[in-house]
Amino acid sequence: MSLTEERTTTAHVVGRVEDVPPGEGRTFVAGGEQVAVFRLRDGSLHATQAACPHAGGPLADGQTDVDVLVCPLHQYAYRWADGSSTSGTAPIRVFAVHEADGALVVTL
Amino acid sequence: MRVLGARPAGATALHLDDDLDPRGRLVVVGNGMAGARFVEEVLERGGGDQFRITVFGDEPHGNYNRIMLSPVLAGESSEDEIVLNPHDWYTDNGIDLRAGVRVERIDTAAKQVHAADGSVTGYDHLVLATGSYSFVPPMAGVRRDDGSLLSGVYGFRTIDETRAMLEATSRCTRAVVMGGGLLGLEAARALQGHGLQVELVHAMPWLMNAQLDAEAGAILKRSVESLGITVHLDVLATEVLGADSVEGVVLKDGRRLDCDLLVVAAGVRPHTDVAVRSGLEVQRAIVVDDQLRTDDPDVYAIGECAQHRGEVYGLVAPAWEHAKVLADVLTGTDPAADYTGSRTATKLKVAGVDVAVMGVSTPERDDDEFLVISEPKRGVHLSVVIRDDRLVGATLLGDTRKVAFLTQAFDRGAPLPEERIRLLVDLSDGAAEVGVAEMPADSQVCNCNGVSKGDICGAVGGGCGSVGEVMDRTRAGKGCGSCTSLVKQIVEWAADGELAEDPAASYYVPGVPMPKPELIRAIREHDLRSVSAVFATLAPNGKDDARSKMGLTSLLKMVWGHDHIPEKDAEFINDRVHGNIQRDGTFSVVPQMKGGVTTPAQLRRIAEVAEKYEVPMVKVTGGQRIDLLGVRKEDLPAMWSDLGMPSGYAYGKSMRTVKTCVGSDFCRFGLDDSTQLGIDLETRFQGIESPAKIKMAVVGCPRNCAEAYVKDVGVVAVGSGRWEVYVGGAAGATVRKGDLLATVDSPQAVMTLTGRFLQYYRENANWLERTYDFVPRVGLDKIKRVLLEDAEGLCADLDAGIQRAIDAYRDPWGQDAAEPATPGQFRPALPLVALPKVPVR
Repeated sequence: MSLTEERTTTAHVVGRVEDVPPGEGRTFVAGGEQVAVFRLRDGSLHATQAACPHAGGPLADGQTDVDVLVCPLHQYAYRWADGSSTSGTAPIRVFAVHEADGALVVTL
Repeated sequence: MRVLGARPAGATALHLDDDLDPRGRLVVVGNGMAGARFVEEVLERGGGDQFRITVFGDEPHGNYNRIMLSPVLAGESSEDEIVLNPHDWYTDNGIDLRAGVRVERIDTAAKQVHAADGSVTGYDHLVLATGSYSFVPPMAGVRRDDGSLLSGVYGFRTIDETRAMLEATSRCTRAVVMGGGLLGLEAARALQGHGLQVELVHAMPWLMNAQLDAEAGAILKRSVESLGITVHLDVLATEVLGADSVEGVVLKDGRRLDCDLLVVAAGVRPHTDVAVRSGLEVQRAIVVDDQLRTDDPDVYAIGECAQHRGEVYGLVAPAWEHAKVLADVLTGTDPAADYTGSRTATKLKVAGVDVAVMGVSTPERDDDEFLVISEPKRGVHLSVVIRDDRLVGATLLGDTRKVAFLTQAFDRGAPLPEERIRLLVDLSDGAAEVGVAEMPADSQVCNCNGVSKGDICGAVGGGCGSVGEVMDRTRAGKGCGSCTSLVKQIVEWAADGELAEDPAASYYVPGVPMPKPELIRAIREHDLRSVSAVFATLAPNGKDDARSKMGLTSLLKMVWGHDHIPEKDAEFINDRVHGNIQRDGTFSVVPQMKGGVTTPAQLRRIAEVAEKYEVPMVKVTGGQRIDLLGVRKEDLPAMWSDLGMPSGYAYGKSMRTVKTCVGSDFCRFGLDDSTQLGIDLETRFQGIESPAKIKMAVVGCPRNCAEAYVKDVGVVAVGSGRWEVYVGGAAGATVRKGDLLATVDSPQAVMTLTGRFLQYYRENANWLERTYDFVPRVGLDKIKRVLLEDAEGLCADLDAGIQRAIDAYRDPWGQDAAEPATPGQFRPALPLVALPKVPVR
C-alpha cells in the first residue's frame, strides 16, 4: 500500500516588483502567511518564509548575494536553491515567485 | 686608632694665603658617599680653579664605601679595598680636609661654619652632606648614663662600628640583630658566618618591608631561616639586659633572648642637627629645591640628609645624582641643571639570596597592573607593577635573570611586551599549542555561539580545510570575535599541519580577494563608487557576496566621502534604518546627547515620545545617552520627527559616543574642561564610519570617572592645560588599557591628533578590527612615528581624509524621516507578528 500526498498550490499576487528595492527583501502576506520576497541585483526573484527558524529573526531585513540569504540577527545563512542552512542547522522553506506584468506572484 | 686612607706620616700640605686667593670658597660638610662624590664632580668640571674647597668629615678617615661594610664585616673584603679617596687624594687636589672635625653650626648671615675644634671657616657656597645615623629605638637599658651605648651594643653604619663588631666576634657566641631590613639581614648573615648563633628581631610583619611585599618577605624569611638564622617578626624589643655589657634583650611579648652581642640596624635617620641649629628648613630631612638649594640661597644639601619633593632617599644612586646636578650648577657647567627625583633600582645579594628591587613593590592606584609569580618552594618571588604601560616597580627575589631588561624598562621606559608575563619569564614558543592540546574537548571556546573545542575539531575532521571554513561551519568566532585567535590555534592543532594555507585570512572582506591596501588602490584606480561596482570589477566572476557588503560600504564611504554611491542593500539592517536591531526584530532609538550632557527640555521630549509610542524600556546606556528600546520599525521615522534630535549612531560601525565627566566647571578635582572637549570631539567626529565601532571619553583628571583609559580614544586632563591622549583601550569582551599616544597642550591639539589617529585607523585597520587589536598589531611606536613625527609624510593626507569624512556627515534621521531612502524602508518585516515581543517594563 502506498500513500500519495496530495498538494494543492495557489498563486498569490502580493505586490509590485518595484515594491522590493534591488538587492533587498520585503515581507508580504499571501494566503494568511508571511512571505519574504527578495529581488537580487541580477534581476532574479526569491521567496522564503519570513522568520528565521533559529530565533525568529526577520529574514527580509537580511543581506543577500546570488547564493544565499543571511539572517540579520545571528548571521545564519540559507541557500536560495533549496533553503538549506550553510551551517547545517534547520532549513527554511522557499517558495516559487515570478513576475507577471510587473506584479509579484508567489506560489504557495 | 688606624686611620683609613691616612696620609703617610710627615707629609705636609702647602696652603696659599687666603687673602691672596681670588677663588670662591666652597665648604662641604660631610665626607661620606655624597660629599666626597660631589667634590669629585666639582673637580671633574674644573672646579679646582674656581673654588677653594674645604671638606669637614665627622670621621677621621678618608672617604670610604659605606655600602661595602657588610662584606668587611663578613670578612670577605679588607678595609683597604673599600677606600674611595685616601687623605692623599685631598691633598693632591688642593682640598683642605678637616677629618674628624664635627661642625657645630652655621652662621648663615655671616656665612661662616663653626666647628667643634673652635675653628670658624667662611664660605661663599656651603654644601651639607651630613648623611644619616643609625636609629636606636627606645629600649630600657640600651644606653649608659652618659648617653653612650651599652658595651656590646653596636650600630652598623661606620667603619669604626664594623671594626668593633669584628673584634667582638672572637669572644661572643650569641648575637641578636635588631632590624630585618637590608643592613640587619647582612649583619646577621655576616655574624653567622663568624660562627655566632644569630637571632633576628624585626618590628614589622615581614622582612625588608620597605622593599618587598608580604609574600616576597615571607619567602625571604624561609631562605634566611634555612641558613640557620632564627627570625622573630612583628615584635619589638623593649629592654636590653646587662649591667656592664649586654646579656640579652626582652621582647614586648615577654620573651627573653640571651646574647652577648646586639646589633641595632633598625633604620637610619637623616643627620639634620646642624641644619636645625642653623635655622634652615627641616622636615623629615633638610628641604631642598630642584637645584638642591635649601631656603638659604647659598646653602645646599645633598644625599641622605636632603628632602627633595617630599622624598628622602636611602640609596647611593640618588645621592650621586644630587652630586652631579649640584656640581653642574655651582661650577656653571650647566647653571640650569635640575634634579627632578630618582627612580631607584638596586640589585644585591642579601643573606645569600639574590634580590633586585626597583620602584614600587605593590600597586598603588586602581588601574595599576600587578603581576606576581610566586614559587615559595624554590624561594622565588617575582612581581612587577605597571602603570600607563610603563614599568613603575619590580621585585625579584631568588631569581634575577630578568633584571637587565627590567632595569632598562624601568630607567628608560622601554616598551613592555603585550604579554606581561614575558617580563618575568621566558616563554617557549610551543606554549600556546600545549595549552590548546590540554584543553578538554567539551570546554567552550566561542561563548557567543556556544562552540566547544570538540565542535571545532569535529569540523576539521569533517573536512574543513581552513580556519575560515571551520568558522563558517561552526560559527565559532562569528559573535563578538574575541575568541578568533583561540579558534585559529585549535584548528591548527587539530589539523596537525594538514591545514591549507588560507589566503582569505589576509582579505579585507571574504568576497574580494585583496588585502585592504590593494583593494583601496584598485577602488581608486577603477573609480569604483558603489558596492555592486566593486563586485562586478574585482570579485571572482563578478559574483557578489552577502558577508562582504557591509565592509565594502564602510570602505567606500571612507575612500569617497559623500561622493560614494549608496546602495541600501549593501548596508546592514541597522544602517538601513538607523537603529540597532533587537532580538524580536524591533529597534532601539538612541538620540545624540553630546558628551552625555542633556537638558530638561530634551528629557521632557524624550519622555513624551517614549509614552506616545509605548516604548517597552527606557534605559540609560553605558555611553551616557538614553536608549528607547523595542521600537517597531514602522514607528521609527515618526519618532525621530517627534524627538527632533539627531541620531546618536548607537548602531553603526562608526564613531558612537564621547563620554565625559563634569570636569573643572563643577568637580572640585577637575583639572580642565573635559565636558566641553567631549562635546567638541563628538561634534567633530559624529557618525564617522570606521572599520569597527569607536568609543571615546574625556576625563578632567586621572581619576578617570568616564573611563577614558579603556576607550578607543581616551583623553585625560593632567593639569596646566595639558591632555593625555590614549588609544586602543577597551572594556568589552576584551579589556585593555589604552596606550598613551601623546600628551598635548591644547584642546585643539587633541582634536587634531584624534582626527589623525581615526583616519589612520580607518585607512589601515581590517574590517571589524577594533583599535585594541589594531594598535598592538601595528605597534604603538610606529603609530607615534607616523602621527607625531610624520615619519611617513602622511599627516597632511590623514588630516584631509578625516576632514572629507566630517564634511560628508548628514544626520540620517533628519534625512530619512522626511523621505524614505527606498520604497518600504520602514515596512514591517514580520507583519503578522505582534511586536514588540521584548518584555515591556
